[in-house]
Amino acid sequence: MVNEPSLAKSVLSGDRLALGRLLTQIENDLPEGRQALVELYSRTGRAHLIGVTGAPGTGKSSLVNQIARFYRQPPDGKQPKPVGIIAVDPSSPFTGGALLGDRVRMRDLAGDPGVFIRSMASRGSLGGLAASTAGLVDALDAAGYEVVLIETVGAGQGEVDIVRLAHTTLVVEAPGLGDEIQAIKAGILEIADVLVINKADLPGVENTERALRSMLELAHPAPRVYLQHGQVEHHAQVLEDNESWQTPLLRTVATQGSGIDELVEKIELHRQFLRQSGEWELRVQARLRSQLESLLQTALVTRWRKSVSESRYSAVLDLLTMRQISPWQAVESLLDGARQ
Amino acid sequence: MSERKIRVLIAKPGLDGHDRGAKVVARALRDAGMEVIYTGLRQTPEMIAEAALQEDVDAVGLSILSGAHMALVPRVIEQLKANGQDHVAVFIGGIIPDEDLHPLMDLGVMGVYGPGTLTDHIIRDIRAAVRRD
Repeated sequence: MVNEPSLAKSVLSGDRLALGRLLTQIENDLPEGRQALVELYSRTGRAHLIGVTGAPGTGKSSLVNQIARFYRQPPDGKQPKPVGIIAVDPSSPFTGGALLGDRVRMRDLAGDPGVFIRSMASRGSLGGLAASTAGLVDALDAAGYEVVLIETVGAGQGEVDIVRLAHTTLVVEAPGLGDEIQAIKAGILEIADVLVINKADLPGVENTERALRSMLELAHPAPRVYLQHGQVEHHAQVLEDNESWQTPLLRTVATQGSGIDELVEKIELHRQFLRQSGEWELRVQARLRSQLESLLQTALVTRWRKSVSESRYSAVLDLLTMRQISPWQAVESLLDGARQ
Repeated sequence: MSERKIRVLIAKPGLDGHDRGAKVVARALRDAGMEVIYTGLRQTPEMIAEAALQEDVDAVGLSILSGAHMALVPRVIEQLKANGQDHVAVFIGGIIPDEDLHPLMDLGVMGVYGPGTLTDHIIRDIRAAVRRD
């Protein structure tokens, strides 16, 4: 094995088998995967990362299929772009198993060497992505996929991790899912850079459109705010009204391919907006900061866990179970113990 | 975090449209803690091998009720090998006449599971095949 070219080199030379293996090693957080990412990291940061999220059954996979097709066969004679797709489905909380069915809707893309589709199980993460999704995205980015579509777990109101990963986030709705009050709650609708009503051939589409449009009109155009260590950091210079991004609302019927050209046009406009306004760099920085924070936390916890004995840990847990100490006291007691 | 999950592709090659058996097996493997990629109906051997490569699976399960298994299975195995995935275990479900069992096993098929097979049996075989690699 030692004499083989490194996995990273094989991936860069276009070896799809190596890419498939690398994705597994990153997903399983194996040393080979970490090493390959070290070698590949300088080549990342080039792809346009497009997140697709929304409730289960709104047609996210079919939409991803159509968007990818559009990038592969642009109607205006432009150069087709290589497209990577990461589709996340939930893991069972009981068995850890998963049924990953997003490929069923993506059969149009089969046989195209410019497309690479990978299904992922969420493996216990709750934000709509898996813990290693960002790493898989980096690998596809380094391998030269210029567009990476990231489809989240069917998301409700709070699964908004995608906004920290993607440059452009599509939120997919379908007719009949909620009223105006749902539409002005905080959460998933807020993160939309492009809002899509899919299945627009179903009855009730006018009501859905009205509710979403009134939600968009209530919103005050404002620069996006990033939270860091609980503190708010603004875009240094507030954009003029005509410079800020107005979330477009579009109708599509993914199974028939209607509305897709307009959707991709908006996605491309958003990319240009990010580039021209400087927001691209801000989003990337915010993403890397949150990635670093969470890796730091994981690494610190892992390191600390090695320093504390199992018996001490269960002794404190026993005290907590008997309610003789509070959870915070348990934490303090364990942290003190590690220092001794 | 660093957990090794068995990944299995379940596919239906050919033209028959009955996927209940495939879904039952997919569900059973999921409940056994495996990650199952389900590709749906009417897949060509090329599509199946391509999905197996992108998903880096440990095993591929083919559900065939049409009687075309002696045409389809060798082509899937050939394609997997052509892509460098010799290590992937291939198993078959569906209606397979007894006289075809030996030729299929000779091709390197891990197991053939007809109606009435206990899903536990399939799970045990997959775990054993993957561990051997």
